[in-house]
Amino acid sequence: MRLGVLAIQGNFEAHAKAFAEAGAEVFEVRTTADLEAADALVLPGGESTTMLKLLHEEGLWDALRQACHSKPVFATCAGAILLAKDVHHPEQASLGLVDIGVERNAYGRQVHSTVAQIITGEGQTLEAVFIRAPIIRRVGEGVRVLARYAGDPVLVEQDHYLVATFHPELTKDRTLHRLFLEKAARVPA
Amino acid sequence: MFLTDQFRVKVGLAEMLKGGVIMDVTNAEQALIAEKAGACAVMALVKVPSDIRKEGGVARMSPVSKIREIQQTVSIPVMAKARIGHFMEARVLEALEVDFIDESEVLTPADDEHHIWKHDFKVPFVCGARNLGEALRRIAEGAALIRTKGEAGSGNIVEAVRHMRTIVKEMRAIRAYSVDELTAESKKHQAPLELMLYIHEHGKLPVPNFSAGGVATPADAALVMHLGAETVFVGSGIFKSPDPAAFAKAIVKATTYYKDPLKVLEASEELPDGMPGLDIRQLEETDLMATRGW
Repeated sequence: MRLGVLAIQGNFEAHAKAFAEAGAEVFEVRTTADLEAADALVLPGGESTTMLKLLHEEGLWDALRQACHSKPVFATCAGAILLAKDVHHPEQASLGLVDIGVERNAYGRQVHSTVAQIITGEGQTLEAVFIRAPIIRRVGEGVRVLARYAGDPVLVEQDHYLVATFHPELTKDRTLHRLFLEKAARVPA
Repeated sequence: MFLTDQFRVKVGLAEMLKGGVIMDVTNAEQALIAEKAGACAVMALVKVPSDIRKEGGVARMSPVSKIREIQQTVSIPVMAKARIGHFMEARVLEALEVDFIDESEVLTPADDEHHIWKHDFKVPFVCGARNLGEALRRIAEGAALIRTKGEAGSGNIVEAVRHMRTIVKEMRAIRAYSVDELTAESKKHQAPLELMLYIHEHGKLPVPNFSAGGVATPADAALVMHLGAETVFVGSGIFKSPDPAAFAKAIVKATTYYKDPLKVLEASEELPDGMPGLDIRQLEETDLMATRGW
């Protein structure tokens, strides 16, 4: 399986390294041809406004939606903002593929960024790094909440999508990367 | 010191800025142009470097009202510059909740011997460096991000290239030394042995390394990315160009697609010539900003 990491802007390199450590074959995605070549996709953290701008300018928007629609996708932070059905603070365009509503920079500015321990529904403890993170304010019917922090969902799943508002690639723990690879292997190509 | 949660969160934001362009802005109107063009952050400062150079006098932290106005206007991270060693300007910026502080040689230094002890702050700092020793001294003081200095406001890329090549070359050399030679190297570079050991093992800085000072065109941005920059700071190159919105957009595109010359060509296609430049060799030693910092 070839895993494509969207490399328009952001910490795509850390994701690529984390997935390589978890045993995946990884490459960086910058064009429609790259999108087609990927069996599964990662939408990394970074600045969602920058990504939106370039995805539109470079004619990648529709191809990305198409690819996300049909392939397993792991999205973190800015990636979660791109996938969400609605985005607030401020409102901005999104792919609208995962039935959640997110508020950008919802914990505040950088001085409020933090590292926290979260516990998944299965009782597993994960270290979660939140960087100017969004908060998932609304969860649709088809969305399963896998973990919460301070009462808010921070790790959710819908069909072939896995979405985190924090940064598993910035820790040494590869649990979520492996979880996604297992999930991706189950989805028929 | 470098494994604390606080330090990891600081470096975490630097990680998120990778592959992007951080633009110098003096007011909300410019910040909006930058955000619309795809900047991944803006840097608030009192005047763009080429104006500081022209007008002389003392360059300080931006007026608070200007920074607030910028924070209220854009949703991307807002950075601001403080003078070297001026920890109270930094405390004010931290209280304002700017997302990153640049302890910058572009402003007039407030202390001609000491930099800010940055570990004591919750807000992350970026500092300039011309060589590996300077970069490691700043990291030892708590900088979560390094940018090569270049020569700000010159519109001339030669110093940015020199500083990036120097740091990369020096790291390559440290990697090749045997471990028992590192104490002597540490002394030569005036940098902590602990950080020399890190370079020896990993071949790169323990924090991201961006480029600044002299980027004026899309090709300039792509050049420094090839040489090892992970993101590009652009100062006067945008708002002193004949068409700021167009230059901003083009430099963002060239930074993302720096490996693809056809995309850099596309980005450059409709641009006029960039900002007026300076020949560094004709500047007086006292006019250089890069030599500030200790």
